[in-house]
Amino acid sequence: MSLFARTGLDEHNRRVEWLVRTLFLLMTVLLIIPVALIMGILIQRGAPALSWGFLTEVPTNGMTAGGIFTALIGTVWIVAVALLASVPIGVAAAVYLSEYAPDNWLTRAINLAIINLAGVPSIVHALFGLGAFVVFFGFGRSILAASLTLAVMTLPIVIVATRESLQAVPHAFREACWNMGATRWQTIRRVVLPNSISGILTGVILEVSRTAGETAPIMFTGAAAFLPFLPQGVLDQTMAMSLHLYVVSTQVPDVPDALPFGVALVLISMVLVMNATSIAFRIYLRNKRKW
Amino acid sequence: MVDNAPKLSVRNLSVRYGDKQALNGISLDVFPNEIFGIIGPANSGKTSFLRALNRMEEFDANMTVEGDILFEGQDITAIRNVYALRRKVGVVFPLPVGLPMSIYENVAFAPKLAGIKKKAELDEIVERCLIRAALWDEVKDRLDALGSLLSGGQQQRLTIARALSQNPELLLLDEFSIAVDPVTTMRIEDVLKELKEEITIVLVTNLVQQARRLADRTAFFLESELIETAETEELFSGVVKDQRTRDYVEGRFG
Amino acid sequence: MPADVQGDHLSSSIATELNTRGWDWYVDRIVSIGVFVGGVSAIIFIIGIFVFVTREGLDFALGSLDLKEFFTSINWRPTSERNPTYGILALMTGTASVTGLAMLVAVPFSLGAAIYIAEFASGRTRESLKVLVELLAAIPSVVWGFIGMSIMNPLIIEMFDVPVGLSVLNAGVILGLMAAPIMTTIAEDALKAVPDSYREAAEAMGATRWQVIFKVVLPAAKHGLMAAILLGVGRGFGETMAVLMASGHAINIPTSPFDSVRALTATIAAELGDTARGSDHYGVLFTLGIFLFVITFIINLIADVVVKGVGRQK
Repeated sequence: MSLFARTGLDEHNRRVEWLVRTLFLLMTVLLIIPVALIMGILIQRGAPALSWGFLTEVPTNGMTAGGIFTALIGTVWIVAVALLASVPIGVAAAVYLSEYAPDNWLTRAINLAIINLAGVPSIVHALFGLGAFVVFFGFGRSILAASLTLAVMTLPIVIVATRESLQAVPHAFREACWNMGATRWQTIRRVVLPNSISGILTGVILEVSRTAGETAPIMFTGAAAFLPFLPQGVLDQTMAMSLHLYVVSTQVPDVPDALPFGVALVLISMVLVMNATSIAFRIYLRNKRKW
Repeated sequence: MVDNAPKLSVRNLSVRYGDKQALNGISLDVFPNEIFGIIGPANSGKTSFLRALNRMEEFDANMTVEGDILFEGQDITAIRNVYALRRKVGVVFPLPVGLPMSIYENVAFAPKLAGIKKKAELDEIVERCLIRAALWDEVKDRLDALGSLLSGGQQQRLTIARALSQNPELLLLDEFSIAVDPVTTMRIEDVLKELKEEITIVLVTNLVQQARRLADRTAFFLESELIETAETEELFSGVVKDQRTRDYVEGRFG
Repeated sequence: MPADVQGDHLSSSIATELNTRGWDWYVDRIVSIGVFVGGVSAIIFIIGIFVFVTREGLDFALGSLDLKEFFTSINWRPTSERNPTYGILALMTGTASVTGLAMLVAVPFSLGAAIYIAEFASGRTRESLKVLVELLAAIPSVVWGFIGMSIMNPLIIEMFDVPVGLSVLNAGVILGLMAAPIMTTIAEDALKAVPDSYREAAEAMGATRWQVIFKVVLPAAKHGLMAAILLGVGRGFGETMAVLMASGHAINIPTSPFDSVRALTATIAAELGDTARGSDHYGVLFTLGIFLFVITFIINLIADVVVKGVGRQK
């Protein structure tokens, strides 16, 4: 055995190395295990509530029975309207930063603003949404106000993901197009965007998942604790999955134990499935390069 | 000796990137239907010269250009539409750049930009340019394949086909043989000799012998300066004004 | 027309061509203005947030607010009929204690995990761990709050034999678990940004793997790691729903981890729904918002400067 040939110092180093490695592995595992356990408990206690009816029926009996249909559809509304607002702005901002922006103070200010948009507490975004969209612009408490609040909040996700995928397109492609007499925009539309659209899509999916899970920004801007009907337009209020979980677990007395677990399970499944899709998509793209 | 008006007339051209001087007060003329060679060691300003001809400073905030560049008598530093200029000037880079689209689309790209929409017309241009670039036989059965996944030599010929698809009056080649095998290099050189009948070519090369084989006249750049311009024959037969040119041509530095 | 047109027919036709701006030129110009507006929108929004939150809170902040009371009183009684008081000291200690405990949990584990993923794990293990960490970061805060209430709460009551399980401990652990994945990701990026040549140079001198990590990699990445911790602090500080649900939401200066507390963010979330626009209570909640905005702005600014410090070093 070669081990016998090693000196005492080597042996010592090997042991320390093994110890350090194991310690860090343990820390990684300890980060993941509790969450895995929690997920297990969520599934175990939420599963009894789940049924087809749970997804397709409206809440009844003061939200202690029935399903989550109105909240589910409400979340779809809020997410859809938020995307309509944030994706065009976010993609435009990313195109500016990646394709046009010179290295100057304004660009640095924009980058700082993006970092801060992502870092401002969600409750401050809620106050902004209330002050700006509900009160100042007069949208009232509505899907529109809630969605715009979320759109501003999640803008950095779209911008950062889009900018990254735009910058993954080699600069040489742009120069080649410019030298053929293409304008910047023709270059972007015909070469840069077609080759980064899938990366942008992964960012958008990520944004969907984030938007669907947020609670604080919509509490005072458009999401209602309980509504017996579906919204008819963007100026209506609506129920939402995230707020519904908060309400049934804190505000409603005598809720059967499985109900909030069921709501939590559906919400987390939505979010994780979308995230997993985004990640899988990204890995697929990485393995399918075009240059 | 060429005796008509210059195609390209450069006066006192300087290029800077930030604080770094890349080209310092160059003046030279390029005449119609000649191959104008530019030789010189790395970082002597050859590429900056080509970039300035195509007004690339528009898209590079760091790059500043001073002096006059007259293209058929028109000062291009003052024109209002740089895209129209670039459509008249084809460029081939040191490293081949096949765009990540089909071979067909690569060549049809510039004609489409120019507003040509008819399929038959585009088909004709694609075939003609690929034939001229000596690539047609190898790719005619797979025009849908990705241009960016061709071999290096094929991509370089695709780049030339693309440059020709613009119907350029001026073709700029920047060390096109760096990433290309010798056989392909020879094929491209033959193509250039034919093209000379129709267009004007500026050939930047790191291979002194390539300039000798192809260029009618040759300029020697060194450390951002133009040392001298001469008939290629003279340059290589030792009729030079500057000792540094002789040293470079004879391979004493570079 | 250009200045330099020569007499003959050829040059004047080329002069016309090079000076005529086509449709494409104008489309490009319009798009460049459009995307510029998109880019600047980020600045407009961040200013908008400040302006609109301030606008709603300004009357109160300049009028009825007693700044000394605001920062030094532990009495938060905004709904009192006779003598409403607006002291946020207890709320600040609530936020600080929860965030502090969260960092105690999250910093070692996330740095440890980041070191393992960046320096030890490889290939498929590394990829799977990164994906797992990313998924953990995606769990919505309201779900974390629910976990705190429904799973952690009974667990704490049973384990430590205390009457209430909604406390600094509960919220701190929940917040730690929430912040750790993000911190892990940023810290891992910082470690990966250390050039391999550093590691190779150290290994060539006979250093073992752990010596390389502690003596070379960690010092080289220290700015990035500090930024990761700072962003974790910002995240904990600004978290709302999870803290609201798991902390017990009782106004209290905590003396042990088992005490219930109330956080700044949670106070706004819990009370804003019951206030009338224009009232003092409404105004003070927006004033709290300004305070939160400014603090997070400063944290982000520092993190940004710290990261830029790394950039300059290279």
